[in-house]
Amino acid sequence: MDRRLQFAFVLLCLGLLSSTARSDLVVSKAERLVDLNSHIVRVLSKLKVENEGPDDVSEVLLALPDAQAKNLAAIRTFYSDGKLGFVLPTEPIEPKGMPSDVTYYSIALPKKLGKGKTVSLDVLSIFTRSLKPFPEEITQAESQLVVYTDNMYYTSPYPVKYQSLVFRLPGRVESYTKYPKVELVKSELRYGPFEMQPAFSYSPVVVHFENNNPFAVANELVREIEISHWGNVRVTEQYTISHGGASLKNGFSRIEYQARPYMRGASSFRVLIAKLPARAHSVYYRDEIGNISTSHLWDDSQRTQLEIEPRFPIFGGWKTTFTIGYSLPLHDFLFEADGGKRVLNMTFGCPLDEVLVEKHIVKVVLPEGSKDITVATLFPTKQSEDVKYSHLDILGRPVVVLEKDNVVPEHNLYFQVYYKFNNISLLSEPMMLIVGIFLLFVACIVYMHTDLAISKTSSSYLEKLQWEEVQATVQHIKNIFDQYLAAHDKLESSLRDLSRSGDVQSCKAARKAADAQFKELAKELKPLLTFLQSCSQASSILPKIEELVTKEKEMQEKEMAKHTTVVDCFEKKLGGKDIESRIASQQQKLTSLKQEVESLLDSISEI
Amino acid sequence: MATSKVEGSSSLRHAFGGVLSVFILLLIGVVAFSIRLFSVIKYESVIHEFDPYFNYRVTQFLSKNGIYDFWNWFDDRTWYPLGRVIGGTVYPGLTLTAGTMWKLANSLNIPLSVETVCVFTAPIFSAFAAWATYLLTKEVKGPGAGITAAAILAMVPSYISRSVAGSYDNEAVAIFALIFTFYLYIKTLNTGSLFYATLNSFAYFYMVCSWGGYTFIINLIPMHVLLCIVTGRYSSRLYIAYAPLVVLGTLLAALVPVVGFNAVMTSEHFGSFLVFIIIHVVALVYYIKGILTPRLFKVATTLVLTVGIAVCAVVVAILVALVASSPTKGWSGRSLSLLDPTYASKYIPIIASVSEHQPPTWPSYFMDINVLAFLVPAGIVACFLPLSDASSFAVLYLVTSVYFSGVMVRLMLVLAPAACIMSGIALSEAFGVLTRSMKFHITKYFECSHTEAPAKLGESTSTESSAPLENMTKSDTTEKPEVARKEKVARRKQKKEKELTENAHVKPVSAKKEKRPLVLPLEASIVSVFLLIVLGGLYVLHCVWAAAEAYSAPSIVLTSHSHDGLHVFDDFREAYAWLRHNTEVDDKVASWWDYGYQTTAMANRTVIVDNNTWNNTHIATVGTAMSSPEKAAWEIFNSLDVKYVLVVFGGLVGYPSDDINKFLWMVRIGGGVFPHIKEADYLKDGQYRVDAQATHTMLNCLMYKLSYYRFVETDGKGFDRVRRYEIGKKHFKLTHFEEVFTTHHWMVRIYKLKPQKNRIRGKSRKSKLGSKSTSSKSGGMTHKNPWN
Repeated sequence: MDRRLQFAFVLLCLGLLSSTARSDLVVSKAERLVDLNSHIVRVLSKLKVENEGPDDVSEVLLALPDAQAKNLAAIRTFYSDGKLGFVLPTEPIEPKGMPSDVTYYSIALPKKLGKGKTVSLDVLSIFTRSLKPFPEEITQAESQLVVYTDNMYYTSPYPVKYQSLVFRLPGRVESYTKYPKVELVKSELRYGPFEMQPAFSYSPVVVHFENNNPFAVANELVREIEISHWGNVRVTEQYTISHGGASLKNGFSRIEYQARPYMRGASSFRVLIAKLPARAHSVYYRDEIGNISTSHLWDDSQRTQLEIEPRFPIFGGWKTTFTIGYSLPLHDFLFEADGGKRVLNMTFGCPLDEVLVEKHIVKVVLPEGSKDITVATLFPTKQSEDVKYSHLDILGRPVVVLEKDNVVPEHNLYFQVYYKFNNISLLSEPMMLIVGIFLLFVACIVYMHTDLAISKTSSSYLEKLQWEEVQATVQHIKNIFDQYLAAHDKLESSLRDLSRSGDVQSCKAARKAADAQFKELAKELKPLLTFLQSCSQASSILPKIEELVTKEKEMQEKEMAKHTTVVDCFEKKLGGKDIESRIASQQQKLTSLKQEVESLLDSISEI
Repeated sequence: MATSKVEGSSSLRHAFGGVLSVFILLLIGVVAFSIRLFSVIKYESVIHEFDPYFNYRVTQFLSKNGIYDFWNWFDDRTWYPLGRVIGGTVYPGLTLTAGTMWKLANSLNIPLSVETVCVFTAPIFSAFAAWATYLLTKEVKGPGAGITAAAILAMVPSYISRSVAGSYDNEAVAIFALIFTFYLYIKTLNTGSLFYATLNSFAYFYMVCSWGGYTFIINLIPMHVLLCIVTGRYSSRLYIAYAPLVVLGTLLAALVPVVGFNAVMTSEHFGSFLVFIIIHVVALVYYIKGILTPRLFKVATTLVLTVGIAVCAVVVAILVALVASSPTKGWSGRSLSLLDPTYASKYIPIIASVSEHQPPTWPSYFMDINVLAFLVPAGIVACFLPLSDASSFAVLYLVTSVYFSGVMVRLMLVLAPAACIMSGIALSEAFGVLTRSMKFHITKYFECSHTEAPAKLGESTSTESSAPLENMTKSDTTEKPEVARKEKVARRKQKKEKELTENAHVKPVSAKKEKRPLVLPLEASIVSVFLLIVLGGLYVLHCVWAAAEAYSAPSIVLTSHSHDGLHVFDDFREAYAWLRHNTEVDDKVASWWDYGYQTTAMANRTVIVDNNTWNNTHIATVGTAMSSPEKAAWEIFNSLDVKYVLVVFGGLVGYPSDDINKFLWMVRIGGGVFPHIKEADYLKDGQYRVDAQATHTMLNCLMYKLSYYRFVETDGKGFDRVRRYEIGKKHFKLTHFEEVFTTHHWMVRIYKLKPQKNRIRGKSRKSKLGSKSTSSKSGGMTHKNPWN
């Protein structure tokens, strides 16, 4: 707020004035409405421009003093011809022969303005950091006072016939520049109207007022948008938020803050509201040391509203960082475009209400294998490319990085990213996993089935081989004994049949068959036993097997004896009780033998 | 009967049993992992408590700067102005493990943050520990006992308390390393394989990297070796199990910077060397005995004994003199307090002040090992039935760990695996006996019915019902012969064991023969099995409850249930976040040492003292400052370049472990170094209180003032909800400190030191004031402010 410099500038402007009238445009009416409610200053200038010269004019120049222009975040011109309203391109230019302390913007008119015609333009310019806290340090109990400086007259390279200036204020006014034509009505401060002012007229106006609305400034915001063609868009926003207003002095007292939070600590802010797109899900809110538990989420079909509370109330000069993340359904944001391309349509700005972002970085992470990437934005941004590796990537995912300084809520416009992507590449990662696991199993199988011994002649290796052979033999022997047991069972069952049917012949036949089988099995068993005897490794099992063999032999004998007894008895037509008493002792022996054989078999099978 | 079925199932049984046990082990691993996730589900994926924050910070450093910078890391964020050489004073096992896991994931482009890896390290290693328990118990008593023990360990509350997700502490990996080292030792002992002996020393190396508790291993194994020698069980397997471990293990241990030459210099390791010598002497004796005739041997013995005793006496005398010349007898404070439980409270208040160094109470045994406490004696009995080298080790492990757990609460953790192994053995043996007798009765029943009933019917029923029986008794039948087999394998390799295995070899047969007397009645065994299952069920219920309710709170976030729902107290992180973002990067924050690790990790600010309590004097300085009046405290803090003082205060919401309750320890520790702080000044008639009857010194010390500054304005009376009375001094102003931040529930209060006042008064007046203020305190001028 260097007034002296501004005065000098005004003098300079006035001095140059006569020589600079380039065209014969005249602003016939200029109404300015300056909204000072938040820390982002919005100036809406309603202009009526008249062409008084002979030539047709196709552009209108706007002028901003450099001091203001450096805080300009966005400028937009709205034009309406009867029914349709649209935005006119507004570009900064540097015209020759004009005062140099002023920045110019040119509006390209949709059609040329003929002689004597007028055109209505609404120019919205948005300024940041234009409210200077005064005093610069306040205590917790004080309210925040800020100063706003502007030109009382509309700064224009054209003469202005009629103009007025209105400040819309959030609260109490401490002081303002006194002037004959000024009135303060409720929360509005009106200057003017002024008539017939020459081009570049200047007279400073200063308003000093109370503004306790949150001065939330995001020093940096990194917004990462990651597209997954499996149906998800993941957005991660990393904020560094600080309070841009008057800084706090004398520390923070919780007792005063808790007793009357709106009186003591009025200048601080506790809550920020993020407006997320509809159907946002999996929302999280955390910082580097963990989850922040103070947040609320409202959900309806139009939008999702997230109310977040930083870990502590933010006073002037305080700072905090946090991360918000959420997922969105892909089909709401990704569309097919011409030429087989896909287009992602997302908003650029930050979803938080009334937050100024000093450094805004948007990273769009496209799926691995995307090609031919182009970006379309409505305002200039700095673009660069990057690669990100995640989730088993090999080539990495292409990343489009967009950077812009001084982003205000008005920048929350859609931007588009066009790219080509083949759906087959979607399958590459699952295939990779499948192949990987398959190879793992193959490796296991190969390992199990290959002989990795270095020396094929070493004693331990030979021992191992022999041991395997012994095991195989033992298994074979076991099978033979199982067959023995089966034969025994057959004999038993033939006896039972006999008791039912009394068919002695078939029973005898069964015995003969069993006998033959026993002999055959014994023949089979012999070489195996001799092998085991020759084997040193089998020494531990051998006694058991030998025992088994003798037990089995005994069992065979008993069984045969029993069988013959029973059959004989039947032939002699003896009574059932008689038979039972005769074979009772044999039966008992048999069962015990059988049990022993079975237990021996069990213990052998464990080897 | 049912021969075909039996034939098929018995040939398949082995393969099926193997697959089944692999499956069961896999499920046990899943249980071990998932039961520890309650903290993530109920709270969030966050690092817990105090020490884990330090480990997390170290891991972050490691993952960012690499291993070489890690070894050379001098941390200037802590112990200001001394700093700490992290690389040389930290057990790097945990950090390196998590760092490697993170690196592996990242090299595969799996985007895991360091924090995530750290949070889940403990549950992953619990699954490993369960598997290691299976291996160890399998070596001791067969696979059935192994699986039971693994299942019990997977959810033992004592271990859960140290290894829930987020509890990123050394114990998380150390318990796995401990069990695995023991397993390899037993494996070597059973097989006599040099391969396993080498692996064993590597496992021991990992344990040394991970935890200071490695001294337990290096004392327990020598004890067991000695036991074996004394009981005449010396064998070459024992030699192979022990000698390489001592040589390789000690060499490897000396590679860890934090251990270094301690591996040969301190008394903790002394026992292992002594046993090393003894085992060599014994080996030599056995060798000589082998080559000499008995008569010659007798002569040689007398000769060697006379010379040997003389030499030994000299050596022992020298050693004793050396050891006795050092004041702590060469033992570290913590180890000494293990041997003499009263040592710490007498000499080192800083060790005594830590709650986990207190002896446990009986309820805490029940809380931490629950029904295992009843099963353990049965396990010991089972271990003695055929006492082998392995089972004698298990018993020895249990007995020593019971003693240690009785001294320090945190060593309950070492007891837990031993208790699990014993209970696993007990349960498995009990099930073995019961199901065997059930099987016997049922087969007998069917045999009887078989002869009586019509043949066809009997056959069909027996085939049907014997198949499930086979399954039911599988654990029993697969496990019993396994033991026998193992012993046989050992015999095959070692002739020494011949007579022992002969017994074992005879035993199963004779056992089968005399099975009848061993069998329990059918009803009794069914009821007992049922009761055992109920007992196991109760244990599982208790474990789940403990995991969910008792041990999952991360302690930096507190919750309380009130009538209007869950209330979250997130004050600690609020304060740390404030410090992190709203103070200068180089500002120093003073607080009691409990909060040091958290402050450096979460707030990224330099602290004066932290949880690595290596410098008693420094901690005493902070304790003195906290117990001094405002002006003296300001001087101490100012001399330490402190900008902010942080105190934890629970009086508003009733948080009991706040600084006022810890204050007496600050006084004690401070008074231990600076004698002008006297505990008696802070006690009224031997009672510690801060109400109207409190002493003048108490009500004027810095801690009181910082805790209760403007507290009275909350309710007009100053009612302290922790101590449950009104505070003594209600209205006072701070002269040398100013409040800069207090959290939402007042749990953390941060004060700033006021800048030094401009010197406006005359010099003489100032000096007069100065002398007056110092003379008001008792002597010990040199000790008053060590930083002047």
